[in-house]
Amino acid sequence: MAGAWETVIGLETHVQLRTVSKMFCGCSAAFGAPPNTNVCPVCLGLPGALPVPNEHALQLAVRAALGLGCTVHPRSVFARKNYFYPDLPKGYQISQFEQPLATAGSLSYLSPDRGIATATIQRLHVEEDAGKSLHDRFPKQTAIDLNRCGVPLIEIVTGPDFRSPHEARTYLLTLKQVLEYAAISDCDMEKGSLRVDANVSVRRVGETMLGTKTEVKNINSFAYVEKALTVERDRQIAVLEGGGTLAPQTMLYDSKTNGVRPQRSKEESHDYRYFPDPDLPPLVLTEQFIAEQQTLLPELPAKKRERFVEKYALSVTDAAVLTADRNVADYYEAVVHAGADAKTAANWVMTEVLADAKDHADGLRVAAGALANLIGLVRGGTLSHQAAKRVFAEVAERGGEPRNVAEALGLVQVADTGVLSGWVSDVLGAHTSEVMRYKQGETKLLQFFVGQVMKASRGKADPKLAQRVLEEKLAP
Amino acid sequence: MSDPSEALASAKAAADRIVNVKRLNACLTPIKELRKSLAAQASTAHPSGVLYGMPVAVKDNICTLEFTTSCGSKILEGYRSPYDATAAAKLKAAGALIAGKTNCDEFGMGSSTEHSAYGRTLHPFDKTRVPGGSSGGSAALVAAGAVPAALGSETGGSVRQPASLCGVVGIKPTYGRVSRYGLVAFGSSLDQIGVLGRSVHDAARVLSVISGRDPKDSTCEDRDSLRLPNVPESLQGFVIGVPKEYFPQDLDAAVRRACDRAIRLLRELGAAVREVSLPHTAYAVATYYIIAPAEASSNLARYDGARYGPRFNGSEDVRALYRTTRGDGFGPEVRRRVLVGTYVLSSGYYDAYYRKAQQMRALIAQDFRNVFDRGVDLLFTPTTPTPAFKAGEKLNDPVAMYLSDIFTVTANIAGLPAISVPIGRIKGLPIGGQLIGQAFLEDEMLEAAYALERAVPAAEEA
Repeated sequence: MAGAWETVIGLETHVQLRTVSKMFCGCSAAFGAPPNTNVCPVCLGLPGALPVPNEHALQLAVRAALGLGCTVHPRSVFARKNYFYPDLPKGYQISQFEQPLATAGSLSYLSPDRGIATATIQRLHVEEDAGKSLHDRFPKQTAIDLNRCGVPLIEIVTGPDFRSPHEARTYLLTLKQVLEYAAISDCDMEKGSLRVDANVSVRRVGETMLGTKTEVKNINSFAYVEKALTVERDRQIAVLEGGGTLAPQTMLYDSKTNGVRPQRSKEESHDYRYFPDPDLPPLVLTEQFIAEQQTLLPELPAKKRERFVEKYALSVTDAAVLTADRNVADYYEAVVHAGADAKTAANWVMTEVLADAKDHADGLRVAAGALANLIGLVRGGTLSHQAAKRVFAEVAERGGEPRNVAEALGLVQVADTGVLSGWVSDVLGAHTSEVMRYKQGETKLLQFFVGQVMKASRGKADPKLAQRVLEEKLAP
Repeated sequence: MSDPSEALASAKAAADRIVNVKRLNACLTPIKELRKSLAAQASTAHPSGVLYGMPVAVKDNICTLEFTTSCGSKILEGYRSPYDATAAAKLKAAGALIAGKTNCDEFGMGSSTEHSAYGRTLHPFDKTRVPGGSSGGSAALVAAGAVPAALGSETGGSVRQPASLCGVVGIKPTYGRVSRYGLVAFGSSLDQIGVLGRSVHDAARVLSVISGRDPKDSTCEDRDSLRLPNVPESLQGFVIGVPKEYFPQDLDAAVRRACDRAIRLLRELGAAVREVSLPHTAYAVATYYIIAPAEASSNLARYDGARYGPRFNGSEDVRALYRTTRGDGFGPEVRRRVLVGTYVLSSGYYDAYYRKAQQMRALIAQDFRNVFDRGVDLLFTPTTPTPAFKAGEKLNDPVAMYLSDIFTVTANIAGLPAISVPIGRIKGLPIGGQLIGQAFLEDEMLEAAYALERAVPAAEEA
């Protein structure tokens, strides 16, 4: 019976925190340094070295937890997750287990199928990243780069709340937006600063028990999230419809073939032997520390979107576009505060500004004040909308004050009736037959005359004024 | 001493004395290397330091730039740390000379210094006997008069037990008093660097130098370094508790005699002595042998041959590399504890063992608090159940070996400071008495130890 399956997905997202130094030592946490250069006795796990928590990482983790509406626990415990792997130099990862930093949060996102949906955040905990094993650097050998070892991470675990791969992806993009807004992480999947594992199961519609789940790993780009989950969902349904049963196993996604394969059993099923890390006292956060992080949290996308709708009378869609990126939202508000009409400013930002930003890595190139001035010039009749777009491009490219640029380009509309009268007389003199027809009642020719005046003025004439002068001169 | 020539002379004399006791196998540093380093250290030592020119030997599980740090293990043979342990750095900053690395049970696991990959250390008074352990090399060197003091480390009594057996002073400070940075971890929640000294004063002034806050160790208390107390005229006003659980019916008669004499002397010095009870004492060894191996199994996971230390044959793939390196690199006692520790942390057993042991740990610590809350300042107990035992005697009976720490493990479990002071001889072999103090009140403990040391005829039969 096709179509009778329901998909159930939960996500575990690892996010690297945007700190200068690592979680438990002073080494740089920067991405892309030559292999094994950002290392010290602590992150190399040398005999006798000890971890000391990075306060900035804790601040960011608490901000993330608050931003996701979690309860931040005043006391949490670092625990060791024990397993052997060459890129894990201590033989354990410092993480949190029984008493995580935060629990019981939620994140609302716009489901493509269900409208506003809410994902529950079961827990958010702090841990350190492992190093990297490079299997393709030297033939038949594995190279280890420990630069990433000890980079601060948070793990954000949702409930089994998503009902489609598309929903999972939408949640992830919403999460990314929140974390980027609060400057908690770069959330760059390609660089590995955001990584996601998914628990996937299917069940018959109406069934309340969860089906056997598999964990999908190795999804290393936003583009693949939906594909990987769809492939796994379809595989599960095919197995079940073929009368088979599913094994609770880890599946690795391969983006080249768009397929999944089970992880070799040798690679999985660890008993991690978690226990509280005796090198680190329980993490005790004061009320004041937590409250301070709350005040340092910016207005988050959902709130901002609501406020934009209310304050600037924008549509939900427009508000969503403007608030997708914090810089764009701030820019938009700056344009409005500099005196531009909210609706017009929104149109400008959504079209010219975003188009320009998309093509140029240097971001928002026209200062908010300049754009407000430009909008003012159009509103005041100094520039036509078309001319303003040219001015915008020019300012973006070479800078300058819109009015000066417009003048330099000769785009300022001429509103001097004396000058206009000259152009009007020229036009009427050159089109005597049309003047005759107009006077015989063919008044729609007025627009033709306006066009001719614009042409004669090479676009500089103020069209409204030109029309008025024409009407006067053509009056019986 | 603040004259460079005196420091050089001190360095040379220390090297000579260490050569003279080479037969003990207490110092692992090759003598040529030791002489060269001591001379170099003496010429650059800080003349204004409070330990200027003082040779201090260091247990081989404490990282030093000068010498290798092998932890008495084959798995770290030839390993040279790229950094100094905080304790070693503080010693050097105070002008002391690092007088070689001392033999120990592998990674501190043992009570006889027989579990060293580099051969056993001999007892300085009787070569057929053990010096105790795991800091047996440090204790033997001090007892033999080669150095006035040496660093050791404790997880369950590894400073006090060899101090008792060798007839020297051994101090284990409060957990968090001395930085563990650079002490190769065994049981991190129990480990502390301690000091062995010829006298309470020698040990105490070294302890004072290495104590104090260290931003590199999250478990090190944010406190100033320990201030040395004066030697008291009397112990008037001190209340010393004698826990009955430490004096069982079957306690060695001579040990009991030595303790009774020490208790009488404490009374004569003016202390009020009263019997107290620490009811959970019986569970201490069992608790210790769950928590310490559990932490050890994780702490020792890093020795896999992938990054440093020797690799052993058969490393065709990474799993084989781990197997052979850890199988051949660790000795039998270390392997035993790693297995026990792995087991007690395994899913399905964690609650029955590790969690239970943590609960018992809290009860044992509470026992001490209860006694101290009732006006007792210090506790007096025997340090060890017997004097030095024969080499090989307990090697094949791990439980018998573990029981030699029965009176010392509780201070580690409760994180309290404790000191062993020689209190007499039994058939010529030294025996120590133990004072256990309140957390971070080492100064009171040292006052009593000074007075006891001065009063007790430690060289006489008990």
